[in-house]
Amino acid sequence: MKIAISATGNTLDGALDQRFGRAAFFLIVDPDTSQFEVINNEAAGAAGGAGITSAQTIVDKGVKAVITGNVGPNAMKVLNAAEIAVYRGVSASVRANIEKFKKRTLEKIDNAVPSHFGMGLTGGQK
Amino acid sequence: MKRISFVSGKGGTGKSTLVASLSLLVKEKMLADCDVDAPNLYILLHNEVLSSEDYYGAKEAVIDPEICAKCGRCKEVCRFEAINDAWEIVPMHCEGCGACVLACPVRAIHLETVKTGQTYVSRTERGTYAHALLDIGAEGSGKLVTEVRKKLEQYKKDEKWVLIDGSPGIGCVVIASISGVDAVVAVAEPTKSGLSDLERVLGVTRHFGIPGLVCINKFDLNPEITAEIESFCNNNGFSVIGKIPYDPAVMKALQGFKTPVEAGNTRFTSEIEHLWKEIEKKVGYEQKTGSG
Amino acid sequence: MKIAVLSGKGGTGKTTVSASLAYSLGACQYIDCDVEEPNGAIFLKPDLQESYQVKVPVPEVDQAKCNGCGACVKVCQFNALAVIKGKVLLFSEICHHCGACSLACQTGAVHEVDRIIGVVETDQVQSFLHGRLNIGEPISIPIIRELKKRINKDLPVILDCPPGASCSVVQSLEDCDYCILVTEPTPFGLHDLKIAVALVKKMGIPFGVIVNKATENQRMIQDFCKENEIGILMEIPFSRKIAEKYSKGILPVQDNPEWIKRFQEVYAKVERGVNQ
Repeated sequence: MKIAISATGNTLDGALDQRFGRAAFFLIVDPDTSQFEVINNEAAGAAGGAGITSAQTIVDKGVKAVITGNVGPNAMKVLNAAEIAVYRGVSASVRANIEKFKKRTLEKIDNAVPSHFGMGLTGGQK
Repeated sequence: MKRISFVSGKGGTGKSTLVASLSLLVKEKMLADCDVDAPNLYILLHNEVLSSEDYYGAKEAVIDPEICAKCGRCKEVCRFEAINDAWEIVPMHCEGCGACVLACPVRAIHLETVKTGQTYVSRTERGTYAHALLDIGAEGSGKLVTEVRKKLEQYKKDEKWVLIDGSPGIGCVVIASISGVDAVVAVAEPTKSGLSDLERVLGVTRHFGIPGLVCINKFDLNPEITAEIESFCNNNGFSVIGKIPYDPAVMKALQGFKTPVEAGNTRFTSEIEHLWKEIEKKVGYEQKTGSG
Repeated sequence: MKIAVLSGKGGTGKTTVSASLAYSLGACQYIDCDVEEPNGAIFLKPDLQESYQVKVPVPEVDQAKCNGCGACVKVCQFNALAVIKGKVLLFSEICHHCGACSLACQTGAVHEVDRIIGVVETDQVQSFLHGRLNIGEPISIPIIRELKKRINKDLPVILDCPPGASCSVVQSLEDCDYCILVTEPTPFGLHDLKIAVALVKKMGIPFGVIVNKATENQRMIQDFCKENEIGILMEIPFSRKIAEKYSKGILPVQDNPEWIKRFQEVYAKVERGVNQ
């Protein structure tokens, strides 16, 4: 099984990127072996549709789960359609998040934050 | 790090003056001028450019005249009137969508990335500062806004705040200036148009689920509309966090290339000190990044 | 004759100038192209009778014909499409209505349907027009295009442009005969005036400047114009009274007939500028 993690750097020791669509990198990781592939998220700089294209990218990688911070509604729609489980990561390294994922202590996200939420505060109306 | 974006429904409400003034009062912050159509924060900032980069923010179709068979298929499919009678692309019209590329039966057209502006990161006495200049009449300014914010964050050290001088309006540039921020401060004037402009821009912040705070500039010019704005905000869950009086001395300070704070305008200064305290309170710096 | 009123920066008095000019001329057409923040109606108080929805074509996928190949997703330059488990998802707010996806589809599964992004409103005789972009919509150009389709060729037309110098301004300025650049004597105003001058020069449209909030002791705009041989059409003084009236939706021309004459003189200067 492979999982995707939004990351600020291209190693397992880099921090989790709280943003999904505009994450700098995605690491496609096999949690059992810690083997990983780095994807430079080209959608991060898009004017619009970053979440959609980021989601498409990791869907095409065949992952079963995503660990990230906040996911916008558009990206969530794509991930839901692909039946990919989304987990809220903690502010720590990618490695630490994988450990928590393996221990099943990460919270599963069912609801998207509002569009263009990024790293905002409280959720609003949508 | 908390990100605060200052916006206004219309331009000229004093947004940049407010941000430039706050830049003197707030410690440990970075600054971004995201009003890429009319960037002017730097006029008051005395910046020393650390890095500048051409920004290739758009794609544009290019027709190879050697291959073009002048069949007209590209013109038929183009929705933007971007191909003229001489079978050339009109850059100001081209959206870079690539429809013509798909339609061309002889493959005479391809998309090229084009420079649409420049981004700058500068050192100022008041912290690292990023801005951009869009080429005249260029498209894609929303993208450029995103780029300015990205460039600034690359220079992040341990600052606590990013103050963003956002774009006026409610369109793509505004959305790009407020996406992912912790709070939006809408700067409004108590004019007839001011209230409707404010409603629209606050509508955008609400649409995107970002807390909206309001500062009324020149509030004493029209006490009735100021009251109207306040009651609108109260009824809709937006806090009015500052009221700045009309004062010709502000204009005078600006004419001398100074913020009212530097010009020693104590009334103005104490009002925005108060405003900043309110922002700190509302955003709650210590508070952990929340969830949706 | 089509006159565009613009300013590199917002809040310099663009709407004050364009609405005052329209008010002073009487027989003319006023078009508010600032569809993100249309304010002309506040001052000119038109009786808006007609309303037209502005629609744009967005794709719709016939799942029966779709083979899930993803060709439409790949060609979309705006990231508005995704293909998941053989099904296409569309995000219409991001769509730029270019039609590339339907061209790319090999199985004829993509066709287009209308989507409303805003509205154009006019009075009965179409002497006043404005457009309104729906909140959350990023693209204003189709509304400006709809407005300009209704230009009356037999009357002087005044176009109140959006602020800035980007795509929507270019769209508003195109085919205009003259540009009035409105600015104020601050470093911000001067800086933005320079951008506006570069834009209208690039587009090859004759132009002149109106200095709003003018003061005797600060002549930076006048100095710049003199240096660059740019004509100044008018100066509107910096005055608390004008600012107060403006805040109540009252233009200088509605308060003092002297200003009507002065704006008529501006129009005469513009006519001469066009014919030069």
